[in-house]
Amino acid sequence: MGLLDRHAGLLEVYRANRTAGQVPVRITMDKMLSPTEAVIDGRRVVTVGTHNYLGLSFAPECVEAAVAAVRAEGTGTCGSRIANGSFSEHEALEREIADYYGMNECMVFSTGYQANLGIISTLVGEGDYLVIDADSHASIYDASKQTQATIIRFKHNDPASLEARLRRLAKEPGNKLVVVEGIYSMLGDTAPLREFVDICKRYGAYILVDEAHSMGALGEHARGLAEAMGVLDDIDIVVGTFSKALGAVGGYCVSNLPDFEALRLTCRPYMFTASLPPSTIASVRAALKLIVTRPQLRERLWDNVRILYSGLAAAGFRLGPEPSPVVAVRLRSPEATIHAWRALLNAGYYVNVGLPPATPNGESLLRCAVSAAHSRSQLEGLIDALSDVAHRLGLIEHSRLQIAAAE
Amino acid sequence: MPAALRIVDAAAPVAIDHDTLTRADVQAEICRQLLPFRNGQAQITGSTVISKDLQIDSLAIMDMVMELEDRFDVTVPLNRVAEIHTVDELTDAIVALRKDR
Repeated sequence: MGLLDRHAGLLEVYRANRTAGQVPVRITMDKMLSPTEAVIDGRRVVTVGTHNYLGLSFAPECVEAAVAAVRAEGTGTCGSRIANGSFSEHEALEREIADYYGMNECMVFSTGYQANLGIISTLVGEGDYLVIDADSHASIYDASKQTQATIIRFKHNDPASLEARLRRLAKEPGNKLVVVEGIYSMLGDTAPLREFVDICKRYGAYILVDEAHSMGALGEHARGLAEAMGVLDDIDIVVGTFSKALGAVGGYCVSNLPDFEALRLTCRPYMFTASLPPSTIASVRAALKLIVTRPQLRERLWDNVRILYSGLAAAGFRLGPEPSPVVAVRLRSPEATIHAWRALLNAGYYVNVGLPPATPNGESLLRCAVSAAHSRSQLEGLIDALSDVAHRLGLIEHSRLQIAAAE
Repeated sequence: MPAALRIVDAAAPVAIDHDTLTRADVQAEICRQLLPFRNGQAQITGSTVISKDLQIDSLAIMDMVMELEDRFDVTVPLNRVAEIHTVDELTDAIVALRKDR
């Protein structure tokens, strides 16, 4: 038996798709031209799939800070946070993020995935209970495999389902940690966080919120869903990423938990990987300043969300349940989704796909990620192109436009 | 070999009486939840290996277990789901968890 034989089924599906054309998981950007444009296969396309929510990946302030840092301190730290890889800039960024959230402590990780993996798997251990939303990101599921805690799953965004599980655990002595996300990346829906916080308080559970897709987008100071819902003070741990609104790479965790410092001595995905290079730390610090000083970035993001969400809804598409920086177009099958995705790429628009088993309830999705940097004409162009593709492929049976025209 | 179970109409959940619930009731409900995943007309029995004998992926198994949890007011941790292979094992796990309530 060959070493990779167990993946034969997966590879077969992939190769069948590959012979029919481009496949989403193997797209190469030949060149990035701006936060919203790239060259793919020699052709210029508008990118509406990158999670560059505030368009900061090309912000001059961030680029210049990164250039200055790489000149001053070199290309990499060549060390981990516990062995010669903690520079004063890493600690300055940690202080700035902690201050931004009004929390006592912050830990910076090399990726957002590692932040979830490390923090969640280290916070709970043998005898504890990790209670996760059914639609949690892969990093949360992977954290559940890295811990000795008992793993319990509740129905997505369903307070009654969480409550039933905490009620059944009420007499168990271990700690309970509930993990939810601010905005879910597949359908762009937000968590009913106030209800979750109330239930956690009632049953003495800790709550962690992953604000990867909501930091930069939600809340008066763009700190995420917890701020928007007015419950930031009730959240025990916030996890976030540098690779979305902040336009770089990396992850963080902020908290007021006493003895938080212990995590730096035991969290393996923090300890045993190279720390972020000085250039990344510098660009993230600059980006965080921009988020604080330019609330208009967030306003522009939401203007663009409304343009895309209402435009696609008016064109007859079934979308995620609420307008959000992730706008998911729900199609009927994985095959139809790949076809539409390829046709859209040919028309000059790159979006992401979400296919089973990565999607809830086996849904097939074209996932658009809106940026403050998109122009109105880019988004309207996408709406027109997608409508055209959908009509050609017969993906919209009864367009609301057609119904309106008939009335 | 356990006898083949009566196939219950998938669309009509049977009301559960928590006081008189038997192992057979639990197993009948599991089979009802698994009906949509049957391989052709093959009957689902206690010895059916859920992930092999049925057209069901790991995510759908976790979702089905979540439905059973609510139905029987028990919690089956994912760690335990990973050790369950057959319908009989799932039945026994739920019956045991109900006793611990």
